[in-house]
Amino acid sequence: MNWLVAHGRAARLALVRLAAAPLNTLLAVLGIAIALALPAGGYELLSQVSALGSGTVATPQFTLFLKVDGERKATQAVVDRLKERGDIAKILILLREDTLARMKAAEGLADVIAALQKNPFPDAIVVTPADDSPAAIEKLAAEARQWREVELVQIDAHWVRRFAALVNLARTGVLLLATLLGIGLVTITFNTIRLQVMTRQREVEVSWLLGATDGFIRRPFLWHGAQLGLLGGIVAWLIVAGATLWLQSPVAELAQLYGFSLSLQPPSVVDSFALLGVAGFLGWLGAALSMRQHLH
Amino acid sequence: MIQFDRIAKRYPPDITALSDVSAEIAAGELVTIVGHSGAGKSTLLKLIPGIERPTAGVVLVNGQNVGSLGHGALPYLRRNMGLVFQDQKLLFDRSVLANVLLPLEITGFPGRDAQRRAEAALDKVGLLPRAKALPVALSGGEQQRLAIARAVVHRPGLLLADEPTAYLDAATARDVAGIFIEFNRVGVVVLVATYDDSLFPGARRLQLDHGRLT
Repeated sequence: MNWLVAHGRAARLALVRLAAAPLNTLLAVLGIAIALALPAGGYELLSQVSALGSGTVATPQFTLFLKVDGERKATQAVVDRLKERGDIAKILILLREDTLARMKAAEGLADVIAALQKNPFPDAIVVTPADDSPAAIEKLAAEARQWREVELVQIDAHWVRRFAALVNLARTGVLLLATLLGIGLVTITFNTIRLQVMTRQREVEVSWLLGATDGFIRRPFLWHGAQLGLLGGIVAWLIVAGATLWLQSPVAELAQLYGFSLSLQPPSVVDSFALLGVAGFLGWLGAALSMRQHLH
Repeated sequence: MIQFDRIAKRYPPDITALSDVSAEIAAGELVTIVGHSGAGKSTLLKLIPGIERPTAGVVLVNGQNVGSLGHGALPYLRRNMGLVFQDQKLLFDRSVLANVLLPLEITGFPGRDAQRRAEAALDKVGLLPRAKALPVALSGGEQQRLAIARAVVHRPGLLLADEPTAYLDAATARDVAGIFIEFNRVGVVVLVATYDDSLFPGARRLQLDHGRLT
């Protein structure tokens, strides 16, 4: 109970100190907030964009485009050949007439399609293999390329893999950025607390002479660091949420041009608490390191 | 209560502050440490709460060897003492009351009781009406009385004071000395380093000369 009371007292004292130097507090909080907002915003953007990739073509597939002037029975022969195999999970047949009809219905294409003298589309078969490993897909696709009815084999998962690799690279970048800026945050708090210790040197000295333990002296400074971090986290959250709302419409528009639906959302409840927790912890860590260095 | 056994204290490069000092202070005593400036009065006082450590010899407080206490144990030793410093060491950004509350906060005294005790200590030295003022608004004598209130608020058994009347006029110095004598009358061991022990009639005198007891 005494321990709790002591912490409550130290937390209140730290708040009073924060309020007593509003400009210093504001500058430190802004520094921390910017250091946190960049990786936090990057993380949010990446998690939402990467979900887009996994939601679009989660199952690796490939498409067989048959010869444009091929006969329907050639298409049927390929379908039968595929059905006889045990390594195919699903087949989707796209007949050229259906493709033409879809294209005619598509916005902006009707006039172009109408101007064509004959149907330019071939029959196509979308194949989902039972084994979705890249090697198995490559092997199956290579086999299909040898069939005389097949003009072109296109592995649909290629772009997803490229996209995933890109997202992975960006994620590594965000992690690197988060590490660097996390160190930056610790440094900001370290320095702020160092200045606090210097400013309050007399108080530290008097408390020590009157019988204060290191814990008693350290406690308000640790709370000061944690509160700075937490305030920085709150401002970082506001920056990320604000930026998300600001970017929501242009990003949705851009995504639509590529045929996707993407609406950026503010950080989830779990992400928000994680951000605040990490911010508070890093602030506390910076203060703890500073106290260790400067207390005696 | 306090034993100095063949104490020596040297500062680098070659300054001897105390040399072969042995003395005992018993429970209930009022003792003055007298000597010229630089005689080692303050150093001797600082050895008791472990602010300084002897270069040689042993300081025992209630049978406890102060020199052997680790950094973590010293605060608990000091909580049984009241310290009045030559420069008072008041916190000028805190009110008079907040200054007196500090030792109680350190010992984890509950809030309302602490407030009552601090007010009683201020009342004892005649500063209760100034409780909300900042120390900078007090006169020299009042600041010294505030330092005494802070030193006794947690009711220590031992009161150490370093030149508590040094910068005070004669009348104020008498008042302040009177407060120490009053505390001694109720059983507190009082040890005062002073240039003028005539203010403490009846006190046992320890005379220091160039770091040696004479």
